[in-house]
Amino acid sequence: MSLKRIDLLICCGSGCISAGSLKVKERFQEVLADKGISSEVNIIETGCMGPCDYGPVLVIYPEGVFYKSVKPEDVEEIVTEHFLKGRPVQRLMLREEERLVSSQKEVPFYRKQVKVALANCGFINPESMEEYIATGGYEALGTVLTTMNPQQVIDVVKASGLRGRGGGGFPTHIKWQLVHDVESDEKYIICNGDEGDPGAFMDRSVLEGDPHRVIEGMMIGAYAIGATKGFFYIRAEYPLAIKRIRNAIKQAKEAGLMGENIFGSNFSFEAEVRTGAGAFVCGEETALIQSIQGERGNPTPKPPYPAVKGLWNKPTVVNNVETFANIPTIFLRGAEWFASMGTETSKGTKVFALTGDVNNTGLVEVPMGITLRELIFDVGGGMANGHEFKAVQLGGPSGGCLTREHLDVPVDYETLKERGAMMGSGGVIVMNDQKCMVNVAKFFIGFCVDESCGKCSPCRIGLKHMYNILDRITRGEGKEGDLEELQHLGETISRLSLCGLGQTAPNPVLSTIRYFREEYESHIRDHSCQTKVCTDLFHFMIDKNRCIGCSLCARKCPVSCISGSRDEKYTISQTECIKCGNCQDVCPVKAIDRIPGMHPDVLKQLQEKQNISIEE
Amino acid sequence: MYKEICEKYTPEKDNLLYILHDIQDHHPQHYIPEEAVQVVAEYLNIPTNHIYGVLTFYTMYSTKPRGKNIIRLCESPPCYIKGSTNILRKLKMLLGVNTGETTKDGMFTLELCACLGVCGNAPVMMINEDVYGDLTEEKVEEIIDKIRRGNQ
Repeated sequence: MSLKRIDLLICCGSGCISAGSLKVKERFQEVLADKGISSEVNIIETGCMGPCDYGPVLVIYPEGVFYKSVKPEDVEEIVTEHFLKGRPVQRLMLREEERLVSSQKEVPFYRKQVKVALANCGFINPESMEEYIATGGYEALGTVLTTMNPQQVIDVVKASGLRGRGGGGFPTHIKWQLVHDVESDEKYIICNGDEGDPGAFMDRSVLEGDPHRVIEGMMIGAYAIGATKGFFYIRAEYPLAIKRIRNAIKQAKEAGLMGENIFGSNFSFEAEVRTGAGAFVCGEETALIQSIQGERGNPTPKPPYPAVKGLWNKPTVVNNVETFANIPTIFLRGAEWFASMGTETSKGTKVFALTGDVNNTGLVEVPMGITLRELIFDVGGGMANGHEFKAVQLGGPSGGCLTREHLDVPVDYETLKERGAMMGSGGVIVMNDQKCMVNVAKFFIGFCVDESCGKCSPCRIGLKHMYNILDRITRGEGKEGDLEELQHLGETISRLSLCGLGQTAPNPVLSTIRYFREEYESHIRDHSCQTKVCTDLFHFMIDKNRCIGCSLCARKCPVSCISGSRDEKYTISQTECIKCGNCQDVCPVKAIDRIPGMHPDVLKQLQEKQNISIEE
Repeated sequence: MYKEICEKYTPEKDNLLYILHDIQDHHPQHYIPEEAVQVVAEYLNIPTNHIYGVLTFYTMYSTKPRGKNIIRLCESPPCYIKGSTNILRKLKMLLGVNTGETTKDGMFTLELCACLGVCGNAPVMMINEDVYGDLTEEKVEEIIDKIRRGNQ
């Protein structure tokens, strides 16, 4: 192996690939070959580096220069200027208030982050086991297998305070202890990689960026509970993650790190990958087990818990990807070190996926107990396009919306729950003041209606009923008492549903009613959507003072409801308007505005229609 | 053909999802026809209604013929917030089909799907196994054009 002068790390997580990082990589290979310096530069495809919004991103060592939004056209300049002349290309580097950010370490996005589960993501080549081993990989497994007994392993996890990272926050050591204590000829360990929460992509990034870490974590767990067989259940929507885990399992087997008598101990272990086929509910552990067995992914009642009767009726542990990814580091650096981070009840770090109207979308890992303000404004770089912060949805469709007044709340399992949200898998969807909370709540319920497996009626019928009420409200047909009905339904569904999906699905509605009641009320009483999102609850108006009478809007209107002339200017016939917005898009002088509230003509028509239907 | 695909797997029920994936991937129209279900039922020795139960439960399987390229636009909240509805409108216009339909030339099927986990680059769509992020209406037009030209 020849020594290379430069290490070029290209982020090849799904985010950067979708932004074109593979093309950038190909271009580098071409240009380097052209200049005859291919042998001097080491091109490394890494997993997700985190700041997806800047994608495609590169880091160049030894200096650690961070380049963002690199296009294939920029490659030639980087090679000639930076690689050959030693002058980094400033225009591709990040600027913070006019100051150039010279290396990756200084990028504000990374400053408050502490990487444990993501330690190697974006730093090593995920397809090379050697690189993982070079960062201390499989050392924890070696120590565990050669110097500790299973109970000692569980005690270490207990001392670390690690809780399940998939959403429930159940202490990991209790799950392990339960299965450890059960006598059985066969036990299983499952890695839950069915990350279905909209807005969460940490599991995908860890599986793609550092697959060996997850395997090592699973094997330590398997040793602790006495399992010899493991399954990675990964969504079929993540083909790259499936490929990387399969590749990593193969490498581990070839190196003797998986198979019979690992590290010369009595412990033998095999793992294989199982894929889903598109069903959100399969992230629920009993549904996941059904799916592995070749059934519909319907959850089953608990008890019996999987720890007693799981896969093929054998005791089974199901842990999330991120939970496993924390395990090796806990053993390498000690439980005390891990427990020193975080809050009283929530230890360690948590990976969050920042999405929505925030400047730096992407993947971040921060100590538990950080405030939402730090997370959104310091790490996330604040709101995009100068808009105001309005709300943040935590925990996906099972979580809840928090508002400006909660910005200084520390993020941990209990605090969030008390306020009607939840940690969930760590999806953080930030929303600006242009968003209508009623619409958002309707959208989340719509998602759960689609994803409900249909087995138990509170979830199947109740959620659909909630959706219908919300739909009516957004169409301007809301009634007094609708909010009470929604709350009543929501609480009933939460109490009576069989699995976590139904139990948590009403959260977005309940939390938005709790914190944005006036917005619901203005939809119901004033037939008005102040944010001008719900199409039935705003209208378009042409300002005659600004209109130049060019007739473009009238010609572009698909239902021909705009009439007028050059002298009289143009008007919209409100009862026929379908709110497509074409007129507003084409107006050359921006004379068309969205006005909140139903137009009086339309309202009158609606009320007449309702009276007729009541008389009938 | 279906028999050969089945035989790649041991005749156990837990292989059902794989066999179905495999059949669908190898079918030129990316779906699972009735004959295939019969063959799988015999091979695994399970009733056809069980297979249809599984088949219709998971959104990725189709019992209807589909196009050569399957477009799956993410409809989850982060993409919605970033304007996926405009992208959907554009796709419908470009292809002349509604969601769930296939273009007349059999080139594209337009579908909506749950979160693809590329929310940092929302709005996002997946065409076959490739993910396209940070979509704009212009970008969508380019992508579709490119695939159309590539296929000619």
